[in-house]
Amino acid sequence: MSNISDKIQKLFPDYAVEEANVPIFTVPQEKWHDTAVALRDTADLALDYLVTIVGMDWTENLGAIYYLMSTKYDTIVGFKVLAAGDRQQPYIPSVADVWHVAGLYEREVYDFFGIIFIGNPDMRRLFLNIDWVGYPFRKDYDADPALNPVSIESERQSDFTDVYSLDENGKVVKGERRIFEKDDFVVNIGPQHPATHGVLRFRTAVDGETIKKIDVYMGYIHRGVEKLCENLMYPQTLHFMDRLDYFSAHNYHHALCMIIEKAAGIEISRRAQVIRVMMDELSRIASHCLFIGTYCMDLGATTMLFYTLRVREQILDIMEKTCGARMTFNYDCIGGVMQDLAPDFVQDVKALLATLPANLKEYNDVFTGNIIAKNRLEGVGVLSREDAIAYGVTGPSGRASGWACDMRKLQPYSIYPELDFEEVVATEGDSMARFKCRLHEIEQSAKILEQLVDNIPEGECCVKVPKMLKLPVGRWFQVTEGCRGAFGLYLESDGSAKPYRLKIAPPCLPQAAVVDHITRGQKIADLITIGGSMDYIVPDIDR
Amino acid sequence: MQDLSFITDWINISLRSIMPGWLAVTTECVLIGIGLLLVYALLALFYIYYERKVCAAFQCRLGPNRVGPMGLLQSFADMFKMLIKEIIHLDHIDRFLFALAPYLVIIASMLAFAVLPWGNGLQVLNFNIGIFFLLAVSSIGVLGILLAGWSSNNKFTLIGSLRSGAQMVSYELSIGLSVITMVCLAGTMSVEGIVAEQENLWFIFKGHIPAIIAFIIYMIAGTAETNRGPFDLPEAESELTAGYHTEYSGIHFGFFYLAEYLNLFIVSGVASLLFFGGWMPLHIPGWESFNHIMDYIPSVVWFCGKAIALSFIIIWFKWTFPRLRIDQLLSLEWKYLLPINLVNLVLMVLIIVFNWHF
Repeated sequence: MSNISDKIQKLFPDYAVEEANVPIFTVPQEKWHDTAVALRDTADLALDYLVTIVGMDWTENLGAIYYLMSTKYDTIVGFKVLAAGDRQQPYIPSVADVWHVAGLYEREVYDFFGIIFIGNPDMRRLFLNIDWVGYPFRKDYDADPALNPVSIESERQSDFTDVYSLDENGKVVKGERRIFEKDDFVVNIGPQHPATHGVLRFRTAVDGETIKKIDVYMGYIHRGVEKLCENLMYPQTLHFMDRLDYFSAHNYHHALCMIIEKAAGIEISRRAQVIRVMMDELSRIASHCLFIGTYCMDLGATTMLFYTLRVREQILDIMEKTCGARMTFNYDCIGGVMQDLAPDFVQDVKALLATLPANLKEYNDVFTGNIIAKNRLEGVGVLSREDAIAYGVTGPSGRASGWACDMRKLQPYSIYPELDFEEVVATEGDSMARFKCRLHEIEQSAKILEQLVDNIPEGECCVKVPKMLKLPVGRWFQVTEGCRGAFGLYLESDGSAKPYRLKIAPPCLPQAAVVDHITRGQKIADLITIGGSMDYIVPDIDR
Repeated sequence: MQDLSFITDWINISLRSIMPGWLAVTTECVLIGIGLLLVYALLALFYIYYERKVCAAFQCRLGPNRVGPMGLLQSFADMFKMLIKEIIHLDHIDRFLFALAPYLVIIASMLAFAVLPWGNGLQVLNFNIGIFFLLAVSSIGVLGILLAGWSSNNKFTLIGSLRSGAQMVSYELSIGLSVITMVCLAGTMSVEGIVAEQENLWFIFKGHIPAIIAFIIYMIAGTAETNRGPFDLPEAESELTAGYHTEYSGIHFGFFYLAEYLNLFIVSGVASLLFFGGWMPLHIPGWESFNHIMDYIPSVVWFCGKAIALSFIIIWFKWTFPRLRIDQLLSLEWKYLLPINLVNLVLMVLIIVFNWHF
């Protein structure tokens, strides 16, 4: 870690560095764009992956923290940029041309904090209605329902997007740009549509059956989880993690518990560690099974869903016995896990592991080897490694493009460094590769479970934690591996019992956004194939 | 072999004895119409139940098992529900065409019913170009689907019906060519004649290689004709919600639903007519006593049994395969099925000319 700090300090000696668990450099906003290009292009930094942009309101000024990662050196570093201008119209230069995914993250920051990104080609709100009043994540936001009443009219919709630029006097100028061409035939796929797997909407411009452009429209299930967390005590924030990507409930819980424990300096028992990792991997198997089933159903092979749900049911039964719930488990807690394992947990997991190979073989026989499936998937929606990194597509979808982005390997956490498993990476980058990556990941998760199931150490499952947990002042950032990719968490504390800012960087947001890029010129049916193979979960996108 | 025409003859004679000839014919038409409608409705109900049970078996489920013994009354309950549902009236649609479309679809499949060889002497229409008539009326259905998609004033239905149009027009070729192949072997287009030709041996055995190829192509094209998976693109629910019938409700939707199942029966019925002898029992040359025993099974049972068994294959397709994409669907037809079919036709002609068939 210090290595990268030195390198950056050598390159930019006047940037102040703040040592946190991830070092953060402060960059003046007027130099930010040039710095960004240098950070990406300097060979021994190669910070080519933008993990997330954390919008911040430090009451006296607004700003953003950019977390960057190098896919070459696996280093991670943060850059803090304070916005210029007053609170009415704060602005930062856009880096959408440096990291493609930045365009989307900047929209999110604009939506919540009102920071304008100069030069972003599409500066609309991302989640909230276009006529929303105020910027909700600012500390002085007025949440009066009279300002933003629940509308009973159809949502207003614009065919134009805003573009901001600076004129010669340094004033912000607003411009307009068409989203679609004037005569485009635009079909709404979603928000209520079986193949979007939730309330996501693709405004699709088509030419016959061929897709010209997609405008991904999000926010139908936005609940403001991050904002809600700011008003809750740390243990109370945990249960939201179940409601983001509900198939990675354990993984997300694990991540938040871990970052709070790290901040508070709590050591948890080995038993709790092992239980958490086992639950993570069980979730991964269940999630990938569901993916296989629903994906095949999207492609018209309905029967596969039942074959995969059989395995998932078995896992949910295991979860139910231990956690008491089948969906929102709320199992991990600060200091360990809520309650000890059910008595027949080990036996159930062994039974599951015994049936898995036969089931996987069946999936391969019924679907993977099928000629129609091959024709539908192979070569469809090819995402190159460079694009995967530029668009921030992580998880199995990114690994299918040849980007080894498994955070269990890159940013080792918990007991993962001790475990023997392989990172599944394919090179084709097409839908079939994404499908197969998940199939193989099930095998790897089973391998992890096999190593752990007989080695669950004795001990307490939860250490004593003060009821009124206060974290020291500081900021922490951590990336973990959810079922669908890199799950980043940023936590800033002002020393009170509530988080000052909790930013969730979900893996699904970039995965939904990349659909536009890889479906252009393909058929409508391929949109389903590609969208399905990305395996995004809408509540995770919208939060 | 029991000839059922004695029943129809008896009805005819007794009707004519009590009323003038024109009235007798009209009465007979009405009776047959009612009979066909009844069979139509009952078969549809049976098929709904049948498909649900078969599909459940594939999917490790039980299927309907609550309403009536073994869930037998489930499809009646569903049909009743469909009948009493409100027909939602939409604005901004072409009302006349919107209402006409489901009737066109259902009339097309009903007309096809008339020429099916139900049993020995049980055939509504029997004339010398029966199979030709069947091909003609079954292509009316696509008109209904196109109208439904167009008149709904909805982008999804429009895409669905355009897909359907492209698909049906293409696959009609394959059906037509494989039918012609078998007509060559039979030497007649009359349905009765085709059945009679298979008295000694079913065509699938008699015509061996070309007949089997024609059968396989017919089954693929037939599945596509009925818009069923893996060729269910017009109503691909994960892409186009419900395709051309998205906007339909109540009994209008019910008509599309019924027609889909009945087309399944018709396609398998025609397959059994062309390849498995229609109502003709299984006869093997030389095995006189075996043939005699087979004759004891009523011809209606033979026909329905064959058709239902062949439908099983089509249902099996649907619940196993993923869906094709529109361009793959068309290239399958134009690049593979059509050339193979043409070559197969020539092969069949050669076999007939040189008398290589059994």
